[in-house]
Amino acid sequence: LRNLQTFLYGAAVVMSARTYADFTTQATFEIKKCDLFKLDEAPATQVVMTRDEGLQYYRTMQTMRRMELKADQLYKQKIIRGFCHLYDGQEACAVGIEAAINLTDHLITAYRAHGYTYTRGGTVKEIMAELTGRRGGIAKGKGGSMHMYCKNFYGGNGIVGAQVPLGAGVALACKYQENNQLCVCLYGDGAANQGQIFETYNMAALWKLPVIFICENNRYGMGTSVERAAASTDYYKRGEFIPGLRVDGMDVLCVREATRFAADHCRSGKGPILMELQTYRYHGHSMSDPGVSYRTREEIQEVRSKSDPISMLKDRMLSNNMASVEELKEIDVEVRKEIEDAAQFATTDPEPPLEELCNHIFSNNPPVEVRGTNPWSKLKSVS
Amino acid sequence: QNAVSALRRREFHRSVTVRDALNQAMDEELERDERVFLMGEEVAQYDGAYKVSRGLWKKYGDKRVIDTPISEMGFAGIAVGAAMAGLRPICEFMTFNFSMQAIDQVINSAAKTYYMSAGLQPVPIVFRGPNGASAGVAAQHSQCFAAWYAHCPGLKVVSPWNSEDAKGLLKSAIRDDNPVVFLENELMYGVPFEMSEESQSKDFTIPIGKAKIERQGNHVTVVSHSRYVGHCLDAAAVLAKEGIECEVINLRTIRPMDVESIETSVMKTNHLVTVEGGWPQFGVGAEICARIMEGEWHVSSQTSCSTQRLQSVQNPMQKFKFCMCLREVPD
Repeated sequence: LRNLQTFLYGAAVVMSARTYADFTTQATFEIKKCDLFKLDEAPATQVVMTRDEGLQYYRTMQTMRRMELKADQLYKQKIIRGFCHLYDGQEACAVGIEAAINLTDHLITAYRAHGYTYTRGGTVKEIMAELTGRRGGIAKGKGGSMHMYCKNFYGGNGIVGAQVPLGAGVALACKYQENNQLCVCLYGDGAANQGQIFETYNMAALWKLPVIFICENNRYGMGTSVERAAASTDYYKRGEFIPGLRVDGMDVLCVREATRFAADHCRSGKGPILMELQTYRYHGHSMSDPGVSYRTREEIQEVRSKSDPISMLKDRMLSNNMASVEELKEIDVEVRKEIEDAAQFATTDPEPPLEELCNHIFSNNPPVEVRGTNPWSKLKSVS
Repeated sequence: QNAVSALRRREFHRSVTVRDALNQAMDEELERDERVFLMGEEVAQYDGAYKVSRGLWKKYGDKRVIDTPISEMGFAGIAVGAAMAGLRPICEFMTFNFSMQAIDQVINSAAKTYYMSAGLQPVPIVFRGPNGASAGVAAQHSQCFAAWYAHCPGLKVVSPWNSEDAKGLLKSAIRDDNPVVFLENELMYGVPFEMSEESQSKDFTIPIGKAKIERQGNHVTVVSHSRYVGHCLDAAAVLAKEGIECEVINLRTIRPMDVESIETSVMKTNHLVTVEGGWPQFGVGAEICARIMEGEWHVSSQTSCSTQRLQSVQNPMQKFKFCMCLREVPD
């Protein structure tokens, strides 16, 4: 029996090896042109994607998708509470951007941040445990959905628009330290009308900071559609004196090429550049929003069927013989398992202990006493 | 030989204005640490709106001393972002009244981040500038923000009085890995003080969180911060002629407040007067009184204890000359 098992296993390996050798290692794709503002050159429209890249993008996007859907489930079970802003539908943005920059570059975004936490190096386990507020969370349970951090990822920011000057500040540090790094600074169509963003455009352009401003335009700022919020919905032109690109944010290759173009622009010392990614979120603004009072179910369905980023990538890979249906299904199964395990951890891991409530108020400080809810209650704070 | 040593001693005690003390502090810290830089309106080519940063741009150049456009919210956010990415910015507000434009960045982006990130993301930044009343600048330019900023955990709030305070505390603030709100006072900038030899050293720092007893006394504890410490000392001199000995405490730091020093003093004197430039309601004096009433002294005191607050008149126009009424405080 064991010999049979070994034989069958060996045969399966040989079979798969033979099948993988049949796949195309890379293919060229024609992608949508970007709309340009104050730019003479444009990102490439003929792009090459390798099989490995495709599989990696697929796996990452699928992981993000399933992670968000699992968060939805846990939220409805009241295991996740508080704010929860889900990113499903917008995966191509996070994956495409990361594909064009290095982990040594910097990135900052607003509160719809779970996807970026993942692409910047957080694990699904840490992210989910942070959502459930447990000690194994990426911020030890003290930040929650909107305040996740990892190396060169500055969150996760709750105040709409506040992350944009922060991002320019990170870029200033890059320029100051002459390390050839840049900062990707994301905000939404709603935030695009914040005054501090225009203050930031001015200073970034004046000082030629290496920052890529990216407006993730998912058509709705909470429940307000772009037509009802902005006198000009050409978000890529709102930088006025900053060159801009409008990009199909549902196509991971479009996002990647545009980001590559933008990164070259920054690294060559030309200063900031602005990208508008046209994208869509399937969920409402947050878990407390069904998302259908200000838009139609038909619209959501149309985007899902015609422009879903994961389906688009899958179709591309299958029609170019870059992967098999089984292979992609196998990835789905692995992803599902990873998410299940992470959810299991996130549900069973204990909450941070009360003794740690007041830690991390100050950095590099000797331990202090912190007043509790009454004058006789003293808690300890360690850096 | 005595004459020579006396002369030598006199040389080492220099008279330095608060402005120059702040300037020295920044100069020394800019020199010491490459990551330190100054940004704000008019800090570079104008030499500082109040000349506090005089000469620094000439010495260190555009990279280390940066003139910003009039965009408080924007440049405060940029300063915080730079701190997050490893630099050590000094962000100047021309006056703290304008910091209200940027207060979200100070509180939500700077003060709270280390906690929310569970220690992953420190924010080593100093926000400095003149605070409180000046001379005839009217309501919108005269507010004291000590109470507002000191309300928030995650921030350190410092309020120096004399040159030694200014230099030692600013150097500590710059070297601190946390966000520090450094409240100066415009009317103090031109006031000279003797600075000891020790305080002229490049490594002279004053610890944040410790008050200083400027004058010893047994009859009444007078607690103050910033410019009003000087007023208290003047009043104490007057009262001393009447046989009332005031113990004058210079808070130096508003948050974390050195309540122990105040408590120790009040245990001795049983009388407390707080003196500040801010408004009374929900102010620094209110906090001190509350803490003392909750503390050891009130619990253990045999005699009836009295506390009084002196502060600026509770109206928007702080255009009046601030008047010290220590003598009128009921016994």
